[in-house]
This record gives sequence, C-alpha cells and structure tokens, in this order.
Amino acid sequence: MNDLNRSGAVAGEPVDTTSAPPSAFLEVRDLKVHFPTDDGLVKSVDGLSFSLEKGQTLGIVGESGSGKSVTSLGIMGLHTVGQYSKRRARISGEIWLDGQELLTAPPDKVRKLRGREMSMIFQDPLSALHPYYSIGKQIVEAYRVHHNVDKKTARKRAIELLDRVGIPQPDKRVDSYPHEFSGGMRQRAMIAMALVNNPELLIADEPTTALDVTVQAQILDLIRDLQKEFGSAVIIITHDLGVVAELADKIVVMYGGRCVERGPAEQVFTHPQHPYTWGLLGSMPRIDRDQTDRLNPVKGSPPSLINIPSGCAFHPRCPYADLPKGNVTRTVRPELELVDGSAESHFSACHLSAEQRERLWTEEIAPKL
Amino acid sequence: MPRVFKKRRLTAGAAIIVASTMALTACGGGDEGEDGGDSKAAGYNAAIGKIANPSKKKGGTLKFVAKQDLDYADPQRMYFGMSWDFSRYYARTLVTYDTKPGEAGNKLVPDMAEDMAKVSEDGKTYTYKLRDGLTWEDGSKLTSEDIKYGISRIWDKDVITGGPGYLRSTLDPKEEYKGPYKDKNLDNLKSIETPDDQTIVFKLPKPNGDFEQMLAMPTGAPVKAAKDTRAKYDQKPFSNGPYKFESRHVNKSITLVRNKAWKKSSDPIRPALPNKITVAINKNLEENDKRLMAGDYHIDMNGTGMTQSGRTTAIQDHRDSVDNMQTDFIRYVALVTKTKPLDNVNCRKAVFYATDFAALQQTRGGKLVAGEIANSPYPKSIPGNDDYDPYGVLERKGKPDEAKAKAELKKCGKPNGFETVITARNDNPGEEDAAEAMQEQLGKVGIKLEIATFSGQDSSNMSGSLEKVKKEGYGMVMTGWGPDFPSGQGYGQPLWDSRFIQKTGNYNEAQINDKSIDKAFDDAIATTDPAEAKKIYTDLGHKILDEAYWMPFLYEKNISWRSPNATNVYSTAGYSGRYDYVMLGVK
Amino acid sequence: MLAYLIRRIIAVIMMVLVVLLTTFSIFYLLPKWSGQDLAVVYAGKGTSPEALEGIRNKLGLDEPVLAQFWEFVKGIPMGRDYANGADDVTHCDAPCLGYSFRTETSVWDALTSALPVTGALALGACIMWLVGGVAVGVLSALKRGSFWDRTAMIGALSGVSMPIFFTGMIMMGVFVHSLGLLKLDDELTSSDSIGVWFETLLLPWIALAFLQAAMYARLTRATMLEVMGEDYIRTARSKGLGEQAVIIRHALRSTMTPILTVFGLDLGVLMGGAILTEQTFGLKGIGYEAVNAVGSKDLPVILGVTLIAALAIAVANLVVDIMYAVIDPRVRLG
Repeated sequence: MNDLNRSGAVAGEPVDTTSAPPSAFLEVRDLKVHFPTDDGLVKSVDGLSFSLEKGQTLGIVGESGSGKSVTSLGIMGLHTVGQYSKRRARISGEIWLDGQELLTAPPDKVRKLRGREMSMIFQDPLSALHPYYSIGKQIVEAYRVHHNVDKKTARKRAIELLDRVGIPQPDKRVDSYPHEFSGGMRQRAMIAMALVNNPELLIADEPTTALDVTVQAQILDLIRDLQKEFGSAVIIITHDLGVVAELADKIVVMYGGRCVERGPAEQVFTHPQHPYTWGLLGSMPRIDRDQTDRLNPVKGSPPSLINIPSGCAFHPRCPYADLPKGNVTRTVRPELELVDGSAESHFSACHLSAEQRERLWTEEIAPKL
Repeated sequence: MPRVFKKRRLTAGAAIIVASTMALTACGGGDEGEDGGDSKAAGYNAAIGKIANPSKKKGGTLKFVAKQDLDYADPQRMYFGMSWDFSRYYARTLVTYDTKPGEAGNKLVPDMAEDMAKVSEDGKTYTYKLRDGLTWEDGSKLTSEDIKYGISRIWDKDVITGGPGYLRSTLDPKEEYKGPYKDKNLDNLKSIETPDDQTIVFKLPKPNGDFEQMLAMPTGAPVKAAKDTRAKYDQKPFSNGPYKFESRHVNKSITLVRNKAWKKSSDPIRPALPNKITVAINKNLEENDKRLMAGDYHIDMNGTGMTQSGRTTAIQDHRDSVDNMQTDFIRYVALVTKTKPLDNVNCRKAVFYATDFAALQQTRGGKLVAGEIANSPYPKSIPGNDDYDPYGVLERKGKPDEAKAKAELKKCGKPNGFETVITARNDNPGEEDAAEAMQEQLGKVGIKLEIATFSGQDSSNMSGSLEKVKKEGYGMVMTGWGPDFPSGQGYGQPLWDSRFIQKTGNYNEAQINDKSIDKAFDDAIATTDPAEAKKIYTDLGHKILDEAYWMPFLYEKNISWRSPNATNVYSTAGYSGRYDYVMLGVK
Repeated sequence: MLAYLIRRIIAVIMMVLVVLLTTFSIFYLLPKWSGQDLAVVYAGKGTSPEALEGIRNKLGLDEPVLAQFWEFVKGIPMGRDYANGADDVTHCDAPCLGYSFRTETSVWDALTSALPVTGALALGACIMWLVGGVAVGVLSALKRGSFWDRTAMIGALSGVSMPIFFTGMIMMGVFVHSLGLLKLDDELTSSDSIGVWFETLLLPWIALAFLQAAMYARLTRATMLEVMGEDYIRTARSKGLGEQAVIIRHALRSTMTPILTVFGLDLGVLMGGAILTEQTFGLKGIGYEAVNAVGSKDLPVILGVTLIAALAIAVANLVVDIMYAVIDPRVRLG
C-alpha cells in the first residue's frame, strides 16, 4: 500500500504540499468544509486526509454528523454548485483525482468529471431518483451527458446496465417509474445509473441504510462484484462498521469532522486503536449474537460542529478520558500518529499510550465483542 | 283592469301599463338631455336654439356611444325617447317632427304623407295621401297597406310589447280587432282604411286633438307584412328610411349603412349625410365620457348627459364642445293621497312649504346641471306651463317657509309633524341624495322621513304597486317624468288621471282620484282648438298645485358632449331636447 | 393513462350534469318557492293575464319542473320549439341553451359571439400570469436574497393587493387616454384582425394577469426553493448535468405540480376576474352578457352563462388534470 505518511495533515498546520500530483489515484489533503450559519461557523469537515487506489475500497465510518457525507459531496464538488446564496460552503485543502486537483479546477471541468470519472449512490433511492421520469430516462440522461450518442444507443446501454445490476426483464422495467420499483430494485437502478459511464471512482453514501437487512447484503455483494468487474475505486460511507467489514480495504473513522483512526481494514478491525472505534465495533449488529447482549454503543451524542470540544473532541464521551495524565485530553488535540509497530500505515489520534490501548483492547473490549 | 271606467281611457291606460317596464326606464330613469353639438370652437351652447356646424357634406361614419341599448329597434315596440329619435334613420312615419332647433322641433310636418292630414269637419276622419317613390330596402314599393299593417301590430299585445298604445286606444277603444297574428284579415281593423296604395284614412270614434302626434311616434311606422318576423323583427327591422341595419347585436352594437333603395326625392326631411352610422354600447359611463372627449365617438345616443367627472373635465377643457340643454323632464315628488296623513291637503301643503327647493337643486348638481327650480307641473315645452306659484317657491328663490309649513301642519291636525316614507331610486344619479336632503329639511318642521330605495327597474312593483305602497306606507315618491308627446295628454294623463291608476306599473303615484281632473283631460283631448286645450291644461296644472297632489321641483337640464367633428348638431324639443340624430353629419 | 383519461372525462360529464340540474333548479324552483310568477319575470310587469297565459304555455312553465328540465336538456342536442298554438312558434336551433325573450335571440347565439372574447381574454391572461409568474418566481428562487428577489417579491406583494378595476383604470388612463398608445375596439368580432384583438386585449390581459402573476411568483419561488433542496436535484447534479438542465428538466417540472393544482382551482376565480375585467374595459364577453342578463333579469341567459362557465371550468380542470398526469406519473395510478 502506498498510503501517504503525512501526519502533518492535521488542522491548523500549514500543509506542505506543492501542486505536484500525487501518485495515488485519489488523494484528499487537509480537506476542510465549513458552513457559515447564523449561529456560527459549522465545521463539518475540519482537516481530513486520505488516499485511495483504483480497485481499492475505502470505508468512511462515523455517526451522523461526523462529516462523512459532507466529505463525499466535497469530493463530488456538490457543495459549490447550485448554491446561489452568499452562504455557500467554504472549502479548502486539496482533492486530487487521477492527477487533477478538483478544488481549483474550473467548475465546468469538475462538472464533466461528475458522473463520468466519479459518481455517487445515495442513501434513499426513492427520494434520490426523480419521481416524474422513468428509470430508463434517468439512466439515459446520465449517459448522454457524457456521451454524444442517440437515445436508442443510450437506452440499450441503460438496459444493459439494468441487466447487469440484476433487474429482471430490464427491457421492460426500463420504462418503469421509481415508484413502481421496490426499495432494493430502486437501489440497483441507482447503482446502474452511477455505473453507466464506467466511473473510476464510485462513492456510495449509506447505500443500504434504507433497505431491508436481506436486501442490504445483496446490494453490498453487488457493489463488490461490480468493483471487481469495473476495477473502480470505491468509497463506502456508513455509520455501520459491519457494512464495510467484508468490503473495505481501508477504513477511515471520522468523529466531529476529523479523522480519529485510519488504516488497513484488517488492522482496524483486529487492532482498533481508538476508543471511538471500539464503540463503533460494539454497536455492530451481529447475527451470531443476541441483541440484548450487545455492548452498549457509544454513549452520549455527537458533538456540536459549531463548538467542537476542546482537546480531544471525543473526550466528553470517552470512558477512558481520565486515564492520561493531567488535563491533556481536555486541552490538547491529539494528532494522528502512526500506530506503533504498524507497518501498514495504521494511524490513530488518541492520548492513551500504546500500552493502555493494548491493555484495554485485549482485556476489556475484545472479549465483549 | 277596472272596467268601470270609460273604455277609451281604460285602454289607453292598459297600453301604457304594458309598456311600463320599458317606459319606466325611458321616462323615470331619464335625465334626458339635449346635447348640443358643435365643431371646433362652435362654442358653448352652440347647439341650443341654433345649428352648430351647419354642413351639407356627405360621407364618413357617425359614431354613437351609449350606456344603454335601444329598448327595442322594432318601431312599434320602442318607448325610449332616444329610440324614437334614432328610429328616424330607418322607420319613416306619415308625419314627423320638424327638423329645426329648439321649440320649433315640436311642430309636426309631413314625412311620408304629402301634406298634413285632411281632417273632417267633425274631427273624426283623418285622410293622408302618400308621396311618390316610397320604397322598402329591397326596392319594393311602400303602400298605404304597409302603414296599416305596421300600426295593426300594436293590437297584438302578446308579441308587440313595449311601445305606447295611444293609437290602439284611440282608434279601437273596445279592442275589437285582435292583431295581425291572430286575425290575418286586416279588414277587421275597421278604423283604418286604405282605399288605394297612396291613400290612408283613419276613422276615430271620437275626436282627438293629439291624433297626429300619435302618428308621429314610431308606432305609426309601416311594416312590410312579408318581412314581419314578429318578436324577432326587433333584431333587424326592415328599413324604409335612408339607412338600413347591417347588424344589430343587442346590448353590444348597431351598424347602419346606406339604404340604396331610398329615394331622396321622396323624403323632404332627411339629409342622410354619413355613409355609415355605428352605435357602440358600453356600460362604463365615465369611460364613455372619456372616449367622447378623446374623439373616439361623436355623440352619446342615450342623451342623458355626462357624468359628474366627465362634465367637470369637459367644461374646464372643452367648453366649446359642450351644451347645457333644457330637457323636458321634471323632477318631482308625488304625495301619495292614500297614505295618512297625506290624504289631508294641509299636510301636503306643509311639505310644499317645508321643502328647500334650492337645496335640492344644489344636491342634484346646481343650476347648470340640475336645471331651474320648477313651479309648474308641466315642462316648459308643454302648453299649460305658466308661472303660477301658489306657494311662493320662486318668490323665495326656493327657500322654505317654516312658519307657513307649521301653520299648515296645525290645520292638518299634526302640529308636531308626522312620520312617513319617501322612496327614491338608488340607480338614478342624485336621487337618493335629494331624498336625504328632503329628510333633513322636513325634519326641521317635525316631518320625519324614512327613505326607501330600490332600482329604477324595480320601481314598477315598488312605488308603482298599490299593494306595496299600502303595505310599506309610502307617503312620497321621488322620481322624474317626461312627455310621450308634447301635449298635456302626452305628458300628464298617466300621472294624474285617476283612470290610469294601475295595480302595478302605476305612474299616478300620488293616486290622485279627482273627477274634475279626469274630466279636464277628456275635454282637452276632445277639442281641436289648441288655444282651448292650453287653457284647460293650464287650469288643470293649477288644480294639481292647489290641491298639493304633486310637487315638481326641477326643470331638468343636463350637460352634453357634442363632438367638434359632428355637423348639423342642434337640440330639438321634438325629442326631449336631444340632438336631432337624423340631421347629423361628420366632418 | 387511457383509463385515467376515461375516468376523468366521466367525472367531468357527471359534474356538468349536476351543475346543470342545480342551476336549473335554482332558476326555476326558487322563483316558484318565493312566490314569483316566472311568466311575469319573462314578460315584465303589467302584462295582461291573457298574455301571461300565452307565455306560460309557450315556455312550458305550467308543466312539472322535471318535465321542463327534460325539455331543456333535450333541447341542447336537438334544438327546441317554443310554441303557443301553431301560429306562435319560436324556434331555437341546437344546441339550444334556452331562448331569451328579452332580446329575441337564442342564448347560444348570444353566448357564441361573447365566448371568443372571454376565451381569448382568459387564455391570454392565463398564459401571461403562468409564464410571468413562474419566470419571476424561478428567478427569485435562484437568486434568493438578491436585490432582484427582494424587488420582485415586494412587487408581487403589492400586485396581490391591487384589484383589477384599479390597475385596469390606471392602465387605461395612462396608455389609452393620456399617451394614446393603444386603441380599444368597441366590439371584437371574428372579422377583426389579430392585431386589433391583441391591441384591445393587451391591457385587459395585464390587468387580469397581474394579480394572479404576483401570487404565482410567490408560490413558484417557495416551491422552487423547496424543490431545489430535494435529493433528486443533488442526484441530477451528481450525474454531471449543467445547472441549466438541472433547473429546467428536473426542478421546474416538479415545481409545476403544485402550481398546476392551484391553477385548476384558480380557473373558477378567473371567471370572476374576467367579469370584472370585461366591465372595466368594456369588453363584450360572457361576463358582460352575465351582468346585462342579471340587470334585466333575463333568466335564460343567466342560466346559459352559468352553464357555459361551469362547463368551461370543468373542461379546463380536465385539461389541468391531464397535464398533471403527464407531469407526474404517480397520478395516473390513482
């Protein structure tokens, strides 16, 4: 893995990046997305960095409000289009896609990348699909934005894609309207629409949240299969670690608009280094276990993005906040640091010492999972 | 119908009643005005008593505008003064009013007839010879038979509704003939004879000094039997005058074009100047005034005067295009003699003394617009009008005499006054205001008035309904009236003759039941001596005032627009002071 | 879609029949109940009893109300003869909506000359207010908070509060009387050129459309703002669609649904507005006929106007419903 060992990608610090394109397919450097509001500046994403290669899957995990969806929309460039009011989002940092910096690129250039180089699947396919247009029309439209072909060709392509995502009788269903589809079918159609241009990057924002459990698995399987087939880079955004457990190559755990832990999926699952990650692991639904027996999820509620707690943003909810000496958890913001002994670019931002973490994980957390 | 009365009166009464609905608007609604017309700088009142813009120039389109359409275009059915004026374009009569300004327009002159009637010694037979060259619009010859047929239509009261019934009640008081639709044999209409195509003879059961006046009304116009579409005839009457109907859309528009079959040689009256005559009916009076002033139209066909805002602008900015004309309308208050305590003559006299005539004049717009204070019950153009002023109204310049009013109240046995109801029409400009003014004036001597209002259209079954008057206790009826034809009969009989009292559509609102008045009408009608008739009507007028039955308060005037581009414009007494439409031309 | 269409058309026919029956009952039963003699209403006061009898016979007023209603309905496709004996027959051609004995014309003839005027007035005003209102609303929504948005919305607010006769009179005063830019025709007929129609109707269109356009601008703005926040707009953008395509193809179509709904309801209001407008500008349309008929208590014409108005509203609503179904496929199911 060619992850970038840049602990410097933390908030506040000037990032020493020249405009030199990185070698990674997708690289996000110190991304900040702030929204001015009447109540103050909402720092939805506040210094996030990660990278991703083609064929890889990245899972961005966090509670709602942790900034994961905002990140994905930021990559797509959707914070800056259609915002006619003066209160548009303030975005800084760098987003490199295939050697091209997106935040400084002309809007029209980014628009042309959208849907073609990078495309997106949304959480609720019912509201994300236009109710007045047939599935086919919407896919055709997505295709014809980027391909100068006649409607017939585009329609053929749509049917082909519908077939590929497992919609029965695609030549008939192509003329159906979203409300005539079941939830799973709709999400398949949504995926077909996202894949119609063979994008190199596919972002799936909570692709299974609105679906039945059984359908969820099918959709995830489908995404995996398709990734293999198309060789795209995939970002899966979820609040549920379980969703990415079998899918992701890499995991980014977000809390309060920042990354608290990131690393190879296997590392994060087997040796998670951050109490928040432990909490997320605890709240994973597992078929082999009784619901009542489950470890309590993270107590408390996500932090306000206007007044992010000082020190470690997680400290008000962290059961171990008192373990480090003094007031360090409340005053000093922990930075992402390479986990000791990890050759695999496993980073975490926690004031606990490596020993404390090792002890807590092996003695208190892991046994209960 | 009350059969106890003399038949002739009875039928005349019925005839008027049939016409009631329309007549109500025609007479009662009427601020009829004489519009004076005048071209560039023809001057203020240039069409009063003289001709504004005299011209013989032919051609052009004469454009009328009107708030109200003709009541009927069918000559036998029309009762509005403006319709009679307008009818001369396409419906000729044996005799008609002279085409002269002012009072001279009241004189009858021959039209289709070669001369005025040869009247027999006994005053019962009228014989006319027709001119040569009379034609219908299809070029066919117009005969005396056509005139008889036209007149005969008014005998069918089911279909031919609306027009005055004077001819019917005068010629056939017993109504033996049933009309041409029920009885196709015209010979059964015995009182009219047509010995040959050019001769027509009328045989009256009794002499009637006003008979020729009746023939001058459009009821006396010919109708070609083959072209008579009965009720539908109103849509497009068949012309025998210089113009014929190109189109008529009821309540929307009228277009007349030249009737090529008409021969100028057969018609001493009509100059037929414009090539085309249009009437645009537009309900927005203020807008009509604006467009008259803008030059979009020449003349207001209704001839009811301009609106308040219109005349203000007109007098200020276009004084030379305005005429302030005397109409032959009288504004009056009928004192209902069947409603207590107005059955007492002294109580009625108290009203005369307590009324502030000058204030009423002011309320209705002042001397220019409202007209002079009236002392006589007759308009100035009707023989019988004089300066008799038993209550000293003119002497006091219209101001009330409260002392005398109180004295009369004492005599009446109501020293502290009384309460009664006065009616006024809410769609007649100024009438409600005038009633309110009276309410205040009479209140000063203790006569408390309650005001009841209704629309002019409803008045025939409000103030015109005996039952309603009794039930509601109406004591005074404020309204206006103009003559059907210029004589005491044509003006006053429906108002004051007890035999004209009808259950609904009653115009004898005061319910005057005075045998001496009825007799006076009979005597005046029977005489063929105008001087004698005038004497009788004068005395009758005095009687009306002495008994305080009926209180006139204004000789109405109005302000009319006369387009600078209209020629030959003058106000004629023949049509209540309106401009003489048949003479008009355009520059 | 076809099934939907058929359902709607049947509903419209039913509705027209109900309106027909209700209107008929009102005009024929109410006078009866209030003790008025219809024959008197037709003939005017003071008609002789014999004449009244003739009218009663001729109009069939002595028959039971249901029989009269049947005669009336039958007259619409078949035409009708009003007869009082063999000699006194008035024929009324199909479609006979009654016969006015006041003006001696069949109601249909009176209304057909008026219909094109009202139709042109209503259609033009509709187009004006829809296009104008929606355009202003969309622009305001897209430039929310801008100077344009504020100006337009203040303008719309004042537009909403200005009555037709007021705007009408002012416009006439300025454009016709003072500036003389426009000339109004007295009576629009089929023989008048399109130019004359346009010139005469321009101000009435604006007067009638202004108030509505103002309301539609506000409605459009609000709806547009809501729609622009919908997920499928984000989806459309994520496809790489240009903003123009997003607005026109995706946002506008959704915005039109609530506007159409309100538009359907407003068609009834439009008739009322048309009457006012016709009076103000002296246009001789259905509203003008209606006011005249009410003034002269010309029952057959009042009945005819009511029917035509009801039918027009029903048909217009059908069109709106069809448009609704075309726009929103979900409607076709219901």
